[in-house]
Amino acid sequence: MTTEMVRLIEPVIPALRRYARALMKDRAAADDLVQDCLERAIGHWHQRHAEGDIRAWIFAILHNLAMTRLRRAAARPRPVPIEDAQEGDLARPATQEDRLRYRDALAALAQLPHEQRAVLLLVGVEDLSYAQTAKVLGIPIGTVMSRLSRARERLSKAMSEVPRPESAHPHLRRVK
Amino acid sequence: MTMRPITEDDLHGYVDGALDPERREQVSAYLEAHPDVAARVAAYGAERGMLRAALAPIVEEPLPAELDLARMVEARRRPPGPPRWAMAAAALLLVCVGGAGGWLLRGMGSAPAEGLQALGREAAASYAVFAPDKGRPVEIRAEDRAQLVAWTSRRLGRPVAIPDLADAGYRFMGGRVVATEHGPAALFMYDDDAGSRLVMLARPLASDPKAPMTPHARDGVNGFSWSDNGLGYSLVGQAAPETLHPLAHEARRQIHRQA
Repeated sequence: MTTEMVRLIEPVIPALRRYARALMKDRAAADDLVQDCLERAIGHWHQRHAEGDIRAWIFAILHNLAMTRLRRAAARPRPVPIEDAQEGDLARPATQEDRLRYRDALAALAQLPHEQRAVLLLVGVEDLSYAQTAKVLGIPIGTVMSRLSRARERLSKAMSEVPRPESAHPHLRRVK
Repeated sequence: MTMRPITEDDLHGYVDGALDPERREQVSAYLEAHPDVAARVAAYGAERGMLRAALAPIVEEPLPAELDLARMVEARRRPPGPPRWAMAAAALLLVCVGGAGGWLLRGMGSAPAEGLQALGREAAASYAVFAPDKGRPVEIRAEDRAQLVAWTSRRLGRPVAIPDLADAGYRFMGGRVVATEHGPAALFMYDDDAGSRLVMLARPLASDPKAPMTPHARDGVNGFSWSDNGLGYSLVGQAAPETLHPLAHEARRQIHRQA
């Protein structure tokens, strides 16, 4: 039983960390969240549906914990904005150019409301199906689709409004 | 053939690769005919790719120690406590004290037979809760026997033996720690080929070791209780007393030999 649990949950942990990091932004808070999530998964293992979808089940635990924390944090000043995140905290892409684009994408992502961000990440990054995403978020598939639509529209708009790296970070261009 | 109109959902399905080949084909044709929509869909796809690339390195990172699942499971089983030698010493002390007068043991003050009757009631109550449970009758299964022994022994403050009833046709399924009015008890469960289940409950019990094995029956659950070396045991099930009695004797014999 225990070994089965470890066998099923362990492969999902890196993806859980990724989702948590994209929501929480800083590494320590994200890993803390994943740890809480795993504790809960271990403690409630017998409550999952035996034939059910482990990935959706455990992402739902993580998501609910994250939303609780984000709502609590919303009452306080904003956490470290992504721009100030330490080097390597979010990504280590290949080139300077790429890194700036990625940073823009993450910054645009950070501007989205939590629930739109969640849909975008679960569908677009974690490769959950629309049905799995609906299960994780506890909403109908139709709502998943409309949130996804709004999220993509908004992210796209934010991205197109971001000045190109050439003009925004001339000093970084020179480094190259 | 008339085609269903292309919807906004189809466009996202296209971006996420969630469409069946036929629909995908139709959306492709539509996008070729509508460059403005095609540009929007292409941007969605590019941004999706960018987010994936930006977040991809996170899954490659080595997992921090605090997210080691096997270790977390282990820590829950054995919460941080005194070192093993100290636990062993404490268990030894308990045994000595128990032998010297049993003043630390629960169930103290009750007459021997009364203690065994209380134990029998607790065993029957545990049986009623856990034996009918299809999905999760036990918390730790037979294959993790060592963990189960470690856990129950720790909670009971003394080594607990698991009798083997396979010769009588009852396979050991596993067990758990359960609550009784007299503190934690170890529950072990067995079943036979017909799916009939037995439960053995063990917990500290100060009782006259010479007290005879005590039968009890309650709500269709039969059982036999005895005590040995400071622990009380009760074997219960829906089987007839004639079936249970020899099994209880066998369990008592094995436990006594291992003690």
